[in-house]
Amino acid sequence: MSDISKKSLTEIVRLIKKKEIKSEEVTQSFIKNINNDKKLNSFITNCSEEALNKAKTFDKSPKLDTLLPGIPIAVKDLFCTKDIKTTAGSKMLENFIPNYESTITNNLWKEGAFLLGKLNCDEYAMGSSNETSYFGNVMNPIAENTVPGGSSGGSASALAADLTPVTIGTDTGGSIRQPASFTGTVGLKPTYGLCSRWGIVAFASSLDQAGPMTKTVEDSALMLEAMAGFDKKDSTSINKKTESYSKNLNENIKGLKIGVPKEYRVDGMPNEIDKLWENGKKLLIDSGAEIIDISLPHTKYALPTYYIVAPAEASSNLARYDGVKYGFRSEKSNNLIEMYENTRSEAFGDEVKRRILIGTYVLSSGYYDAYYLKAQKVRQLIKKDFDQSFKKVDAILTPSTPSSAFKIGEKKNDPISMYLNDIFTVPVNLAGIPAISIPGGTDNNNYPLGLQLIGKPLDEQKLLNIAYAIEKKISFKQSLNKWWEK
Amino acid sequence: MSKESGKYIIEGEKGKWEVIIGLEVHAQVTSKSKLFSGASTKFGAEPNTQVSLVDSAFPGMLPVINEFCVQQAIKTGLGLNAKINSYSVFDRKNYFYADLPQGYQISQYKNPIVGEGEITLDLPNGSKKIRIERLHLEQDAGKSIHDLDPSNTFVDLNRSGVALMEIVSKPDMRSPNEVNAYVKKLRSIMRYLGTCDGNMQEGSLRADVNVSVRKEGDKLLGTRCEIKNVNSIKFMQAAIVYEAKRQVNLLESGKKISQETRLFDTKKNETRSMRSKEDAHDYRYFPDPDLLPLNIDKNLIEKIKKSLPELPDQKKERFIKEYSLTSYEANILVSEKEISDYFEEVVKNSDKKLAKNWIMGELFASLNEKNISISESPITSNKMAQLITSISSGVISGRTAKEVFEIMKETGEEPKKIIENKGLQQKSDPKELEKIIDKIISNNKDKVIQYKSGKDKLFGFFVGQVMKSSGGKANPQLVNDILKQKLK
Amino acid sequence: MSIDKDTVKHISKLARISVDDTKIDNLSKDLSSIFKFIEKLNELNTDNVEPLSSILNEPLRLRKDEINDGKIREKILENSPQKNEEFFVVPKVIE
Repeated sequence: MSDISKKSLTEIVRLIKKKEIKSEEVTQSFIKNINNDKKLNSFITNCSEEALNKAKTFDKSPKLDTLLPGIPIAVKDLFCTKDIKTTAGSKMLENFIPNYESTITNNLWKEGAFLLGKLNCDEYAMGSSNETSYFGNVMNPIAENTVPGGSSGGSASALAADLTPVTIGTDTGGSIRQPASFTGTVGLKPTYGLCSRWGIVAFASSLDQAGPMTKTVEDSALMLEAMAGFDKKDSTSINKKTESYSKNLNENIKGLKIGVPKEYRVDGMPNEIDKLWENGKKLLIDSGAEIIDISLPHTKYALPTYYIVAPAEASSNLARYDGVKYGFRSEKSNNLIEMYENTRSEAFGDEVKRRILIGTYVLSSGYYDAYYLKAQKVRQLIKKDFDQSFKKVDAILTPSTPSSAFKIGEKKNDPISMYLNDIFTVPVNLAGIPAISIPGGTDNNNYPLGLQLIGKPLDEQKLLNIAYAIEKKISFKQSLNKWWEK
Repeated sequence: MSKESGKYIIEGEKGKWEVIIGLEVHAQVTSKSKLFSGASTKFGAEPNTQVSLVDSAFPGMLPVINEFCVQQAIKTGLGLNAKINSYSVFDRKNYFYADLPQGYQISQYKNPIVGEGEITLDLPNGSKKIRIERLHLEQDAGKSIHDLDPSNTFVDLNRSGVALMEIVSKPDMRSPNEVNAYVKKLRSIMRYLGTCDGNMQEGSLRADVNVSVRKEGDKLLGTRCEIKNVNSIKFMQAAIVYEAKRQVNLLESGKKISQETRLFDTKKNETRSMRSKEDAHDYRYFPDPDLLPLNIDKNLIEKIKKSLPELPDQKKERFIKEYSLTSYEANILVSEKEISDYFEEVVKNSDKKLAKNWIMGELFASLNEKNISISESPITSNKMAQLITSISSGVISGRTAKEVFEIMKETGEEPKKIIENKGLQQKSDPKELEKIIDKIISNNKDKVIQYKSGKDKLFGFFVGQVMKSSGGKANPQLVNDILKQKLK
Repeated sequence: MSIDKDTVKHISKLARISVDDTKIDNLSKDLSSIFKFIEKLNELNTDNVEPLSSILNEPLRLRKDEINDGKIREKILENSPQKNEEFFVVPKVIE
């Protein structure tokens, strides 16, 4: 059998269900690759041993009527996993072992999968290059010293390097889609509320969504089906029956209308991105869809809006990290206030501190109206832009990122330049709608570039279908030279 | 301080001052579980045993609101004749303290669940309406225990997340007495509705008292100070008295009042400044993104309205009419639902005038003596009714009834049994009484002559003799009638 | 809007994060440039726009008043950096 770790999830599941391979073999093939993770640094916690035991247990009496039978899956270290260290990429939670399991990971385990390990990420999901993690930078398998994107950088890297068949990440401003674009993989952010947030370390509550990161669209559909579902422990969870996304995956998109927003053509956009986008349009037309020019007039205000709303919510969500109940506590404190201040300044990294300070300021007395309230109004306008467009089109096509993966350290000292990575992804989170990034081509350096499809609320099936259709036509193949194994 | 025509005035060195008081009452909702989590709210549990992962703010935890708490807030709002807002929002109030695990309290800021309402107070010099500003739901904090260890504070999160209704009055109160009446009335309404048990010793009801002063006759409000967390009416009154005087003294010596938060020191009987928990009180309120806005539809409000029990004010009006009570008497009998229920049960089966006198007299005295509530008294409403009927039907005299009552209050026995066992029935057989009277008359012929020749006071002598001879059991009314006849 | 050092100190106090004097300058610079960026929103007139109150079109879900949690003291305390059998333990507040 050829390298199992190169196969898609769908294929592996098929083989397991047909009893042509065992979970143990599958797990071993990924463990072998994980042993070479050092240079990539995509794993924070390696659960190989326990995974192997679970695989063996599964093989003894395999239950084959689930969606993910016997599948080992490594997950972003933002999902609380019971009795397994969950760090959020931070010193604050360096030794935190939750005694509870997040709803999303529990959903995966209920479908027959088990934990392979916890993946590196930007600290508290704040970052676009996985350069803010307390546990060190993650490298992009496509080339040495390139960033994998962020915040789900470890997830994207491990996936692209075959250290896990699939993975799950979280997307607040593009943290699934942007790393997917940078690593040549598929990343889906579902409609806000489709996937439960219970047990996920919170960054910005009204924007965070868990989503699948996979090699193919077909895998993405299968994962979404396992993940999605109403959770009564989450007041923002949508009460809706889970659809059979994988069963209903269909590449026939004849007659669908795809919008192309002119405002996404930004000044100084690299030629390659333009070409990628044009190619995407062409492929859609070839598939029988119709391209329609649309306008999303408030697009340029999305990033500033995001950098008010997200930090504001984060500043409040991260107030619980005070050294009292769990996590890091500074040793050298003489009173409560000192303990708070020392704990938080020693255990939070620079980017997290910056965002907490921004968030605190925009909510503070005298500034709330001018910043936070204003941002919520602009958010309304951005959402209305999408609502209006979706009256005319079924989905929207844009590039995923304004560039391909950049070099480690290249943007670290310029926060704004780092924030601009999210320019195409952020509007989607603000509007709460679903979007998927698929590899659309490469740039002159042969680095992957992503195409983004944005859909209507709760219209994931159609979105997946469109992505499926053009994925077939693009037929993206990535052959990496595994420099990290040397 | 002087009270002129019921007005509360503070006599300063340089003039007369009045005090302006507003109250923010925190009332614990009678729910079994907390506002946003399923942990229990029961009083007195072992530390940290009524705490869920949500209450202790573990990573990834989320709030889900308790339906019962929403209903109690609506009910209370209706009991305050207040507007129920069909749209309300839960906001985060951000600050750091050891007993606040999330680093914020979920409360309501600009869009509370209940809007303006009012409470009518019954005061000695008439009734007065106190306007309610709003009522909102919020989480209670946990407890920090400072005195178990010299250098550390111990934190118990049992109370963290318990549902509170915060009821804010407008600054309409003008004296400690009004505050007393207000808190009692508010408590009574909530107990009638069952939305808060008003148990101040267990902390179910406490208040922040806002106090300011101004020269008598002035229209503008002065700078106020907030006295936080006062948990008894007595302390509220003492705090107001002290604080008002303090402010008057400051102002009369030319100083300004700085708006601050103060605590009432119950040992020293004075208020003192609290070093603030936050340097600036910048709570950075914003709508909680883990929750959605609360929409309450009109049908729910109507449904709850229909289910409301009769409230104290309505009951009072009805009692005055139905039972011919004075306003004062009605006030007392409706002050607690248990008392009004008790009264009505007694009155169903007995004379209403006797009932009210015995309940407000002997029964209340016995409750005070034993420091128990009416529902804890061994004298049930049935037994009370029985006792009263024994009096009104002439089985025993009023005086004998007092004896019987004394026994009832200790043993809880039925009056019928007591009367039988002790042979306390009145002698009401006229023939029997005539015999006794005839005997006494014949044994005291000289006194009879004296009486007939004008010594009216001797009548009492004869009555006394009849009583003595009958062992106190002669029916006094009959004795009177027969004696009068015979001594004509 | 430029965020000067005093403002940085004030916000840090509110956020309970102590900032090293050596880092204040950089922080002030970074925050100022971020604020310049987000102030782009001032270009927009939003006088007649309602702020987004919720991204979902769902009603707030209410749960039944049942006791189905708690009684897990060990679990609640086990992750605390300092505790005893019954309580979380923290340094005293200086009043």
